[in-house]
Amino acid sequence: MVIPATHSKEEIFGLLATIYDPEIPVVTIQEMGMLRDVILTETGCEVIITPTYTGCPAMGIIEHDIIELLKQNGVPEVRVTTSYSPSWTTDWMTSETKEKLKNYGIAAPIHSSCVNWLQPKSLAISCPRCNSSDTTLISQFGSTACKALYSCNSCKEPFDYFKCH
Amino acid sequence: MTPQEALFKYTLRLGDNALIQGHRLSEWCSKGPILEEDLALTNIALDNIGLAQAFLKYAADIEGKGKTEDDLAYKRPERQFYNHQITELPIGDFAVTIAKQLLISAFEVPLFSALSHSTDETIAGIAAKGVKESRYHFVHSRDWCYRLGEGTELSHSKLQQAIHDLWAYTGELFEMAEEDTILLVAGIAVDLEELRPLWKETVATVLTEATIQIPEDGTMHTGSRNGVHTEHLGHILAEMQYLQRAYPDATW
Repeated sequence: MVIPATHSKEEIFGLLATIYDPEIPVVTIQEMGMLRDVILTETGCEVIITPTYTGCPAMGIIEHDIIELLKQNGVPEVRVTTSYSPSWTTDWMTSETKEKLKNYGIAAPIHSSCVNWLQPKSLAISCPRCNSSDTTLISQFGSTACKALYSCNSCKEPFDYFKCH
Repeated sequence: MTPQEALFKYTLRLGDNALIQGHRLSEWCSKGPILEEDLALTNIALDNIGLAQAFLKYAADIEGKGKTEDDLAYKRPERQFYNHQITELPIGDFAVTIAKQLLISAFEVPLFSALSHSTDETIAGIAAKGVKESRYHFVHSRDWCYRLGEGTELSHSKLQQAIHDLWAYTGELFEMAEEDTILLVAGIAVDLEELRPLWKETVATVLTEATIQIPEDGTMHTGSRNGVHTEHLGHILAEMQYLQRAYPDATW
């Protein structure tokens, strides 16, 4: 027996676009580029997501959030699949998303084409609070896998930089 | 060895290297010399565990016996682990950890870079993520080599000793086993002999800059391609697998 699809692909995308990143609650998983595709099945749908970093602990929470939300909205069966290809990159973020990060206090990632990964200290990262470009890299490894720790030499505040990936 | 058996064993090796390396690095949690290093080493551990999860999940799919990545991590005996012996060696002091990280990450960057062009789409996808992460790991250990090598007399001698002690474990990284040869023909695996000069040049450049002498290539430890390990792996597994061995299939 074929059960008619309860929701269109667009409707499901619309619902999923309201799920926020558990680590950075000002941007959605769609804005982050983690939401890759929705495939309608006879009994529900399959949602394809991609991790930012392989060990990102938020993935489990995101999977849970997707299943909960779609079930609440009457999608009977939801399966979440992780895909590694194409590999997630910060270059997928739009300028609006980067602006949201900055307003939240996280310096936005520089485009990968402008980054020499061997020389991280050569990057000019501006302070998200006072916009000064006089900043110092403290550590490439910050509070989460995707962020580096900087300090601003003008306003003296420490801040996170979303690493180019 | 069938192509499927070769792919299973090869993928296990990629997963086991990441798993054991990640487990060792996690031992630094709350014990880093400074807060930033505590965060850095555990972040690197997390990247490794994530990579292990991805590779072991794929290995379980290839095996086709309905297992999960957790079954492979927690229920295999020592002789069925294929990680390089260098990954299982104790973390030692900070200089030993940094030396290990340098030797391993200088290998992983070109390995994952080459594997990201593998004809196996899953391996290529995971490797494409791995290469971005291992670049950060390499830069981290490289910069610490400079600081320790050109720091005090003590930090210099500790790093020199660590490189000297670990050197005999680096030959294994480039050993081509039967599975490598089978998969190389299919465009899935990488010719490790081709990576060796690249690795040597990278490591030599860093160590020279850090005023550390590069050891001579002597007798190299070997065995992991056949599941033969140092005495240390058994101790790691005893701790890591304890819960699943004592309470099989326990879940949160």
